Amino acid sequence: MKILVVDDEADVQPLFLQRFRKEIRNHEVEFDFAQSGEEALDYLKDKHSEVVLILSDINMPGMSGIELLTHIREDFPTPPPPVVMMITAYGDDENYKQAMDKGADDFLTKPLDFNLLKEKLKTL
Amino acid sequence: MHFFTYLALFLLAMRLRKSIKLTPAASKWNMALYGVALGTVGLFFLLDDFIPSDEVNGIVIALVLLGVVQFLKREPDFERFRVLINAHYPLIVVAVVANAVELATQNFEFSHNYDNYWQTAQLVAFGWIFLRVATSKKQQSELKRISERKDELEILVAARTAEITQQRNELQETVKELQATQAQLIQQEKLASLGELTAGIAHEIQNPLNFVNNFSEVSMELIDEMEEEMAKGDIEEANAIAADIKQNLEKIRHHGKRADGIVKGMLQHSRASSNVKEPTNLNTIADEYFRLAYHGLRAKDKSFNAELVSNLDPNLPSINMVSQDVGRVLLNMFTNAFYAVHQKQKIIGGDFKPRVEVSTRTIVTPKGQEAEIMIKDNGSGIPDAIKDKIMQPFFTTKPAGEGTGLGLSLSYDIIVKAHKGHININSKEGEGSEFIITLPIA
Repeated sequence: MKILVVDDEADVQPLFLQRFRKEIRNHEVEFDFAQSGEEALDYLKDKHSEVVLILSDINMPGMSGIELLTHIREDFPTPPPPVVMMITAYGDDENYKQAMDKGADDFLTKPLDFNLLKEKLKTL
Repeated sequence: MHFFTYLALFLLAMRLRKSIKLTPAASKWNMALYGVALGTVGLFFLLDDFIPSDEVNGIVIALVLLGVVQFLKREPDFERFRVLINAHYPLIVVAVVANAVELATQNFEFSHNYDNYWQTAQLVAFGWIFLRVATSKKQQSELKRISERKDELEILVAARTAEITQQRNELQETVKELQATQAQLIQQEKLASLGELTAGIAHEIQNPLNFVNNFSEVSMELIDEMEEEMAKGDIEEANAIAADIKQNLEKIRHHGKRADGIVKGMLQHSRASSNVKEPTNLNTIADEYFRLAYHGLRAKDKSFNAELVSNLDPNLPSINMVSQDVGRVLLNMFTNAFYAVHQKQKIIGGDFKPRVEVSTRTIVTPKGQEAEIMIKDNGSGIPDAIKDKIMQPFFTTKPAGEGTGLGLSLSYDIIVKAHKGHININSKEGEGSEFIITLPIA
C-alpha cells in the first residue's frame, strides 16, 4: 500500500519511516513524501493510480492542505479515489469543517498518534 | 558790541542750571553754574570799568566764554547739551575776529563802514544760539518721545519674552511627556506585535515539541527492537537500529534547541531593548521571524496563505547588532508583506498566487562590506502618493484599530539611527514591494 505524506517539515520523513519500520520491512506499506502541495500534485500526476492514502498537513506555506485536497478531488476523481486524511496542529472546528466540506476522509490532529493511525490503516 | 557775548555766557549758565535741576548731576553743578552766571554779570561791570577798550573787553569775554565752553565739553554730565554748547562757537569766533579787526583798523578810515557788518554778524551768531537751542529742544523732545516709546516697547518685549519663555518651558515639559509616552508606545507596540503572534508562536513551539515527543517515543520502541535483535544475535541489524537511535537523539536535540530559540526570541522581543550589539547570525533571525509572522497571520485568518521562499546566503558573516531590535524590524516587514499579499488576494481572488521572499547576501559598497536582506512580495504595492509618508510615525493604511502606524518608523529608527544601515524601498502599486535593508558588517 503506497502512502503519500505531505508536510513542509522535512523531519516528518524519518519519523514515519521509523514508526512504520516493521510494516515497511514486511512490505505492508510504502511511503513517499512531498514537502508542499505543489510537489504533491506533481507526484500524483504520474502515480495517482498507485497511491492509496494521502496524509496531508493543512498548514503549509504556499498551497495549503485544504487547497491540495480540492485539487486532488478535482484532478483525480477516477475510481477508486485516494483516501485523504488531513492533519493539523490547530484542531479547531473551522479547520475540521473546511476539510470535511472539501472531501477529506478523516481528520487527525498533531501530535500524531501513530497507534491510532495504524489502527485506521488496517480498516483501509 | 561785547554785550551779546556776556549775555550768551550768562544765559548759557542759567539754561544749563535749569536743565540739570532734576537730574542727579544737579547738586554737583548747581552752585558752579550759578557762580558762572553771577560771575558773568560781575565781569560785565568790572571789566567795563577795568578795560577801557571795548574791543579788548570783547576779546576777553569771548575767550572766557571759549574757556567755559571747552570745560563744559569735557564734562560727561553736559554731554546732553552738546548742541547748545557747540552753538556758541560762531559767536566766539565772530566776537574775537570782529574785535581783533576793529583793534587793528582803529586808525583807518574805512573801518567804520564795516562796523555795522560786524555787529550784524555778532547778532546773527547770537541768534544762531537760539536757533540751535530751539531745534535742539525739538530734537530733545523728539528724542524724549522716542525714548518713551522705546521704554514702552521694552516693557512689551519683556512681557512677550516672559510669555515665550513660559511657553517654551511648557513645550519642553510637553516634549518630555511625549518622549515618555513614545517609549511606552514602543513597549506596547512590542507587546502588541507579540500578542498578534501568539498563535503563530504556539504553533512554532508545538512543531518541534511534537518531534521531540515523537522521536523519543519511537526511540524507545527501537531500543526494544534492538534488544530483540541482539537476543537473536543479529548484530548487524542491532547496529543499524543503534545508528537510527543516535540519529533520533540528534533530532530531539535539534528540535529542543529550536523550541528553545523561539521561546528565547519571544522573551527578548517582549523585553525592553538592552541596546547591546552582539555578533548575530542574521539568517537565523530572518528564518525564525519569517515563520513566526506567517503562522501568526495564519492563526488569525484561516483564509490567508502564501508561498514562503527563502534564499539565505549560508556564507553571510555574523553582524554586530541588537538582535531583538533587528528581529522586530524583520517581523514588521514580514507582517507587512503578508498583509499586502493577503489584501491583493482578497481583491483578485482565485488565480493569484501570494508569494513572499526573503533573501540575504553580502554586498560590497564604498563603505565596505555590508549585509543585505531583502523582503519581497507580490502584493498590493505602495501607491506613489503615500511613498514618502510610510516612514512617518502613526501613518497607517490599515483600518482604524488594526495598525498603530509605528512599525516602519520604529524600523527606521532601529536600522538607520541605531545600526547605521539603510532601508530602501522599491514598490509598484498593484505589483508588489521590495524592502531592502543593508547593515554594515563590522
